[in-house]
Amino acid sequence: MSRHFRALVLSSALLFCASQSLAEQAPAEPAPAALDDHGQLQNPVLQTRFERITKELRCLVCQNESIADSNVDLAADLRRQVREMLIAGRSDDAIFQFMTDRYGEFVRFAPPLSPKTALIWGAPFFMVLLGGLIIYRVVRQRSHMPLDE
Amino acid sequence: MWKFLLPFAAFVALVVLFAFGLNPNRDIHELPSPLIGKAAPEFALKDVLDPTRTVSTATLKGQVYVLNVWATWCVACREEQESLLAIARQNVVPIIGLDYRDNQDKAKLWLTQLGNPYAAVPFDGDGRTAIDWGVYGAPETYLVDAQGRIIYKFISPLTQEVWEKEFLPRIAALRSGA
Repeated sequence: MSRHFRALVLSSALLFCASQSLAEQAPAEPAPAALDDHGQLQNPVLQTRFERITKELRCLVCQNESIADSNVDLAADLRRQVREMLIAGRSDDAIFQFMTDRYGEFVRFAPPLSPKTALIWGAPFFMVLLGGLIIYRVVRQRSHMPLDE
Repeated sequence: MWKFLLPFAAFVALVVLFAFGLNPNRDIHELPSPLIGKAAPEFALKDVLDPTRTVSTATLKGQVYVLNVWATWCVACREEQESLLAIARQNVVPIIGLDYRDNQDKAKLWLTQLGNPYAAVPFDGDGRTAIDWGVYGAPETYLVDAQGRIIYKFISPLTQEVWEKEFLPRIAALRSGA
């Protein structure tokens, strides 16, 4: 009983915090026509694309955060840029190209496969292969060994 | 034979990797700009000190110039200011000061109080020009040739040493080539 009560209090407190931080994030300036009161794109398809694209772009100030997660000014500027390009009807590729033209491949968390990025993409498969080979050899070797008494 | 050689080779490979990756002289936040060798992104912005004047890449063309990205909120820029003033006194190339995401009044105050090393101070209040130039912090300094191409980019505060080592030889090369 008391455990349920505590969970309830905790979750409502969390909800309260979340709503507070949402209220803080609401833009002070009047939102453009294509945005709703929460600063989200009114078109849900565009908003989904916006969220996917901004998660895929690296914030260059705090380099392990995406521009979707980062609070720095540059990330806010880049989010604005992505939003505007989406409203202008630009494709995902065009937006990624825009960013790579200015900030280099590093701006993408998952850069497209190319000779330059082959090592990053290939390394995991190579590691699994190597590990498999080692296991195979060890197991084969041990299968020939006499069992311990 | 392999039993000894393979781990040893792996060890050597790791040492090389770490020597490269953990090199204290390498700043991991310094990113190469994809704009090197390309045309400098165009802008036409109002001057902080004279709002009737427009500073644009079109009017800057035909001369070698340095574009320094700065702001009054940028602590490192204050540190850089003295070097910039000294460099400006040498009168080698004009220094254009792109005022990035700043407050115009504060910028004016800064330039009158600390001194103004800039030939022009285009105001990029919303940071759009900075995005075009691939700016991700301040200070950043670009070298642009007479054809309007970006030749070199330096990230972090400019010093006399960096100026002499990185900028002056490139400027000399541009001038002897032209």
